[in-house]
Amino acid sequence: MNIDLFIPCIVDQFFPQVGINTYKILKKVGCNVDYPFEQTCCGQPAFNTGYRKDAEYLAKKFINIFSKSDYVIAPSGSCVSMVKIFYDRLELPSDYQSKLAELKGKIFELSEFLVDILKISDVGAKFSGKITYHESCHLLRKLKIARQPRILINNVKGVEFVELNESDRCCGFGGTFSVKFPELSTVLTSDKIKNIEESGAQYVVANDSSCLMNVEGVLRRKGSNIRTMHIADLLASGI
Amino acid sequence: MIQESPAYFKENIKQISEDENLRRIVRKATSLTLSKRSDLVTEYYSEGKDWEALRNQAHEIRKKTIDNLDTYLTDLEDHFERNGIEVKHAINASEACSFVLRILKEHNTRLVVKSKSMVTEEIHLNDKMIEAGIEVVETDLGEYIIQLAGETPSHITAPAMHKSRDDIGKLFSEKLGVPFTNDPAELTAYARRFLREKFLKADVGISGANFLIAETGTVVIIENEGNARLSTTLPKLHIVITGIEKVVPTLEETATLLKLLPVSATGQKATSYVSFINSPAKVKEDARPGKIIVILLDNGRKEILRRQEVREALYCIKCGACMNVCPVYQTVSGHAYGSVYPGPIGSILTPFLTTLKESKDLAYGSSLCGACSEICPVKIDIHNALLWIRSYAVQKKYTPFIERMLFKLWRIAMENIFVYNFGRSLLKFLQPLWSDYKDFPPLAEKSFHQLWKEGEIWNKNS
Repeated sequence: MNIDLFIPCIVDQFFPQVGINTYKILKKVGCNVDYPFEQTCCGQPAFNTGYRKDAEYLAKKFINIFSKSDYVIAPSGSCVSMVKIFYDRLELPSDYQSKLAELKGKIFELSEFLVDILKISDVGAKFSGKITYHESCHLLRKLKIARQPRILINNVKGVEFVELNESDRCCGFGGTFSVKFPELSTVLTSDKIKNIEESGAQYVVANDSSCLMNVEGVLRRKGSNIRTMHIADLLASGI
Repeated sequence: MIQESPAYFKENIKQISEDENLRRIVRKATSLTLSKRSDLVTEYYSEGKDWEALRNQAHEIRKKTIDNLDTYLTDLEDHFERNGIEVKHAINASEACSFVLRILKEHNTRLVVKSKSMVTEEIHLNDKMIEAGIEVVETDLGEYIIQLAGETPSHITAPAMHKSRDDIGKLFSEKLGVPFTNDPAELTAYARRFLREKFLKADVGISGANFLIAETGTVVIIENEGNARLSTTLPKLHIVITGIEKVVPTLEETATLLKLLPVSATGQKATSYVSFINSPAKVKEDARPGKIIVILLDNGRKEILRRQEVREALYCIKCGACMNVCPVYQTVSGHAYGSVYPGPIGSILTPFLTTLKESKDLAYGSSLCGACSEICPVKIDIHNALLWIRSYAVQKKYTPFIERMLFKLWRIAMENIFVYNFGRSLLKFLQPLWSDYKDFPPLAEKSFHQLWKEGEIWNKNS
């Protein structure tokens, strides 16, 4: 199976190991993996802030880069939902729209791809620790992905999994929201952290680096010992 | 000081984010309502029925109605007239208020009793009536509390949600001179004693409406306290003030919406009272109310109707579930928004009821988590409408100059991989944006792009 990686800009710049681990996992399960080098960003930051014209340029660029791929896999629910759902809100020329329609059927978030397309529920990872899971908003509500990450996490050897209270409540990131309303965003993140602490977990896993960066930002400020972990980092452990 | 204008949303948020007491009260109230709602939805499924299908059905009803609003309004008006109900159309708040004041004057009104109505809040009717020397008494317990406190509702279905039992006890003992208690039953009894007398003396009753049934010419009001029924039947004149979007084509379709509304609003299967008002009393000469006048308000609604991207906001049946489930609303409560309608749906309605310029920040006060769209009983895509309002604000150049410049630079960087990779070094300057509250992670030593180019990734992991 031929796969083109879509590595979101946040992962590219801040958490390249998430990209590396995504690569590792996909290789491990037998895929041919490539990385179209010209890729940058899906355009979501501009779209979400209201700069649709700017987002349109990037959407066109994205569609050009990936329209010939067999499969496009990204370690992010948010960026995949941008392409799958929100690109429809942009005013794209009709030739792009037809390419987009095709692309929407080929782009998947990592955990969804492993469980639903490859029918893999255990990637053979080993990790020792108590883990809880935060549901990233777009992953859960736009892509309806909730079952797949739990299956994968539960099958990692050595993991003790606990559910998080209010796991589906936003962590308070919201991109520009956290820049425009930093106090409010931090209250929401603190609510999330309170639930994580009460779960007794040592690690909080999620499928989006943006949420994790936000949660980690407050955890570090608090001097907490709890660590955040992208699901790709967990699934690549010991493989 | 919390400012009553959406233009102060950001300042209000800054202040209220510190108020842990308020947050505790609001989270407790919203959690309770949400859990009752969720129990009922589970029960609905356990009876072999499909809540999602019901939502879809309601969405279709609302879509059909709003897409053909003029037709149904004409139908409604015909049936109202046939039933002996007078109808007036008000273009905006000031016209609606002058209609009411003129009617009150014609009827030599001294005392008005009101049952809960957000539309009268929207047009600031109470202030106008009080200025005209008329005594106005809110009879819904929550509204009564708010009126005593001299405040505005913080929630569309639970106007005094931001107050604790202690707050209300103190307020009653201060304003009504009764001994302090924080027992809800005793507090209700005090209010009831006072209100009963007002109901009997009132000249006019003013209410809103939950639905207006076109095929029968019926005003539907749901409530739990019986105050709406008293307000609309004891005085000789009943004035209904409501938005044009409240029309529902048929009785049967109203029944569908009535299955969803109380569950979503208060976590009840049905409210204690559901009134279907078809005509003035006809049994004998002086039966009450002898007259019913319905005022249908536009006030920006037709502008929403014209905008395909936000039109769904008119589907709203004002349940307030999007507020209850919104993490932002749960944290800052309703007054922070500085608008009559707070929360997610309020952030869509307000720019059209006021101006976009003063209320543009509201749409940005959402983390776009989408919980609102997920809970909405009539499936309004609130998330999408918020995004569109943001883009509209950008189009009108209402966003900060520096932000517009940053996005210009950002696009240049993102369009070209070489600029993108170079721009990496500039990112460091943006990091302090966050650092007052959170620790921003350091940039990775090498980006994924660099590692890939250098062969780091595929050499080691092949």
